[in-house]
Amino acid sequence: MEYLIEGKTGNWELVIGLEVHAQISANSKLFSGASTDWGADPNSQVELVDSGMPGALPVINKHCIDQAILTGISLNAQINKKSIFDRKNYFYPDLPQGYQISQFEFPIVGKGHLNIEIDGVEKSIGITRLHLEQDAGKSLHDQDIDNSFIDLNRSGCALMEIVSEPDMSSPSEAAEYVKKLRNILRFIGTCDGNMEKGNLRADVNVSVRRKGDELGTRCEIKNVNSIKFIQQAIEFEARRQVDLIEKGEKIIQETRLFDSNNLETRSMRGKEESHDYRYFPDPDLPPLVLNEEDIEKLRLKLPELPDQKKSRFIEEFGITAYDAEILVTEKYVSDFFEQIVEGRDSKIVISWITVELFSYLKRKNVSLEESKIGPEKISSLLDLIISNKISNRQAKEIFDEYLKSDVNADTFIEKKGLIQISNESEIEELVEKVLKENPKMLEQYKSGKDKLFGFFIGQVMKLSNGKANPKMVNETLKRKLSL
Amino acid sequence: MTDFSKLNITSALLGLKNKDFKSVELTEYFINQINKKENLNCFITKTFDKAIDMAKKSDEKIIKNRELGSLEGIPITMKDLFCTKDIRTTAGSKILDSFIPFYESTVSQNLWNSGAVLLGKTNMDEFAMGSANTTSFFGNVINPLKSKNNDKDLVPGGSSGGSASSVAAGLCLAATGSDTGGSIRQPASFCGLVGLKPTYGRCSRFGMVAFASSLDQAGPITLTVEDSARMLQSMVSYDSKDSTSSKKEIENLLDYKKSDLKGKRVGVPKEYLLDGLNPEIKKAWDLGISWFKSVGSEIIEISLPNTESALPTYYIIAPAEASANLARYDGIRYGFRAEEKSDLTRLYEETRAQGFGKEVKRRLMIGTYVLSAGYYDAYYLKALKVRKLISDDFSKAFERCDIILTPTTPNVAFPIGEKQTDPIEMYLNDVLTVPASLAGLPAISISACLNSDSLPIGLQIIGKPFEESSILSAASLIEDLRGF
Repeated sequence: MEYLIEGKTGNWELVIGLEVHAQISANSKLFSGASTDWGADPNSQVELVDSGMPGALPVINKHCIDQAILTGISLNAQINKKSIFDRKNYFYPDLPQGYQISQFEFPIVGKGHLNIEIDGVEKSIGITRLHLEQDAGKSLHDQDIDNSFIDLNRSGCALMEIVSEPDMSSPSEAAEYVKKLRNILRFIGTCDGNMEKGNLRADVNVSVRRKGDELGTRCEIKNVNSIKFIQQAIEFEARRQVDLIEKGEKIIQETRLFDSNNLETRSMRGKEESHDYRYFPDPDLPPLVLNEEDIEKLRLKLPELPDQKKSRFIEEFGITAYDAEILVTEKYVSDFFEQIVEGRDSKIVISWITVELFSYLKRKNVSLEESKIGPEKISSLLDLIISNKISNRQAKEIFDEYLKSDVNADTFIEKKGLIQISNESEIEELVEKVLKENPKMLEQYKSGKDKLFGFFIGQVMKLSNGKANPKMVNETLKRKLSL
Repeated sequence: MTDFSKLNITSALLGLKNKDFKSVELTEYFINQINKKENLNCFITKTFDKAIDMAKKSDEKIIKNRELGSLEGIPITMKDLFCTKDIRTTAGSKILDSFIPFYESTVSQNLWNSGAVLLGKTNMDEFAMGSANTTSFFGNVINPLKSKNNDKDLVPGGSSGGSASSVAAGLCLAATGSDTGGSIRQPASFCGLVGLKPTYGRCSRFGMVAFASSLDQAGPITLTVEDSARMLQSMVSYDSKDSTSSKKEIENLLDYKKSDLKGKRVGVPKEYLLDGLNPEIKKAWDLGISWFKSVGSEIIEISLPNTESALPTYYIIAPAEASANLARYDGIRYGFRAEEKSDLTRLYEETRAQGFGKEVKRRLMIGTYVLSAGYYDAYYLKALKVRKLISDDFSKAFERCDIILTPTTPNVAFPIGEKQTDPIEMYLNDVLTVPASLAGLPAISISACLNSDSLPIGLQIIGKPFEESSILSAASLIEDLRGF
């Protein structure tokens, strides 16, 4: 559906482009051997380059290059055989070299695209480029009254900046794009996608225009670190721009910040204050030259992407496109599903995951990953259902309690005394007892009152404390009554 | 008794090996000489205790005749641009006045591994920006040589002025320098020594305070050509810590002695015959040509048509790179910080205003300017293109010749205080040395003769990439035939 902003003078459409900064999953930094572990003591993971010591020199981390190439391949993008590292010059205390090593004119990855799905309709979002750069350190202003402190642990960590074309036209498209991109990165393992830790964050470019008009002046909202905030920031910013234009004012191209407490964007710096970064090729680093063979090797190593997995799920397990989509939107979920479905009936597995488990998670308001529910927790329960040890209904009844428990299904059911009676002679005994105890009803049934069948079932189940296998009770009763 | 004042590396190594004297004795002699010639201001930091310590260790090895390095027990000085672990390293600047590295540069480490003994860190133009060693925060260096016609103190050249002066004054057996546009060759020429700038990538830049990364190269300043080969052999290495370091196999540099100059094609570039070239220097150049002729070398007039553009190209590229390389000196993490707490911008401004000298500031301004939006294409980008042309000129010339012979400098050592008012005049000192720097080629300067004031005139020999032994061999011819 077309997303338009209603103004006083008519409708406006949005143009959105995103620059996503994704920290590469790597043990060491882009140009040094320092560790990238999160949460270490301040300045404990810093080598000479990361702290800008005199005479320190950057040496490229090949693993980070491979990660960027893998990401480029999974974004259907051009991998550039030659790319150049540039220095981006500016002064800031958490930028120890006085410049950031980045890629400007010749990035490692060129044009590509990524498909998103909105209300069942596919839309292709263009990728302009992907380049590698160093992260900066962190300034700490809240540790002391008179002084600021610097933590350089993050300084020099490898980032991929993934720039999209301005192809999105609604907050939900932008959200879908980030979700999809994040999911791809997690699938191929090039970024953990953790937005809370800041390992994935976005600069959002927003402009508005009348339908069919030229592009409007854009504003860039820096460092938005959740998908919800991205949507909220776009909504606020678009409305702000529409209001301004309709008041007869001009949009000033500027950098803005999103304030998630007040749900508004605020000016950070205008274009006239914008830096002249004086990019130039870093003379410490020769051009990065890749050969076709290495790229092809990586292409073969590329794990299954979400869209490929979705198709396979549909084909292999005969599940619906809808269910398959749900399973592949999170790598964690699809891995979880694959571990459970192995050797089990996919229909039962899919329904227990997408219906029962997901509604449980929704009630608890946690993601599957956060819930800490392991695949064996679900598979052990499903095994009991499949082997008729408990009924589907029993399983549903005890589901919440079981998930909260810290035991596997066998132990839980045993403790609860819930094991289903599936022994034929035991069932027969129960049926016979019920028929014997209800001679009147039996007579009425035999005189033609068929619907009393359900009464007998109920009595058998009651007698067995609900443990009798319903299917077997049904069959046994039918047999006995037809005698 | 050995006369220590007459020694060079080669003869000292022999004396040490023959146990004529100990390294400690040699080291004590130089410490004594350094104290005597304090007035030359060659040193920023002296490391006498460490020197004695290192010399003792060398002596032990020599006695046991085990694990001997190729420079075992040889006292040298290091330009104060090489980071030395636990020893102050200033690059001649106030902004690094208090800086003590906790790491060692690869070049210095290589020398210690070879058994060299460190006497001290030598004075230099601030961040290697200068051609007379007059821009140092620690004061100018004096050339031990004097004109026979007056008593004025002369500059030793720059930026490795302290290194050159310390060798020429007999305060050590050899020194390291660094050469960005001539900073080894020009002071070697002014002080009557041998100065060699190797091919770019031959010496690791790790731990060298950077001036212009695409040009900086470490090299030796020595008394003789053989010493130059010995020093350089120890300094070079492939280093994974420097991405521009070359993996090309390193030749045995002493093999230069085996090469025969008969039939060698010596290129003489007509563009180096500058208008302002001192006639005595022209004469020295002709003399050099005649020596090569005399041994059967073929003299070939060559053309390096873009020579004229080399100096302006250099003075765009080097400052541009420097403007980024020196951005890290901001007073935040190490080195000098101004007493300024009002705000961050003021802290930066005051730290850098007080911490850097005039010449450094001038080049940072030039570098920032040529990289700025709107000027980048006209200056920096154009300079990169011209640099390529200059490099191509050499490649073409080397199809016709094996080495190139030129003067090192357009003038001899001049009195301190001269050429100070006009920076352009100072920059002109580099006009004959920057082309080889821009092309990344190895080049050596060797003293060929004395002028009428009895000041040395240096000739420069430029070689093909990684053919250091070929320029050493040519330099040794001059050394043999010059008659002193």
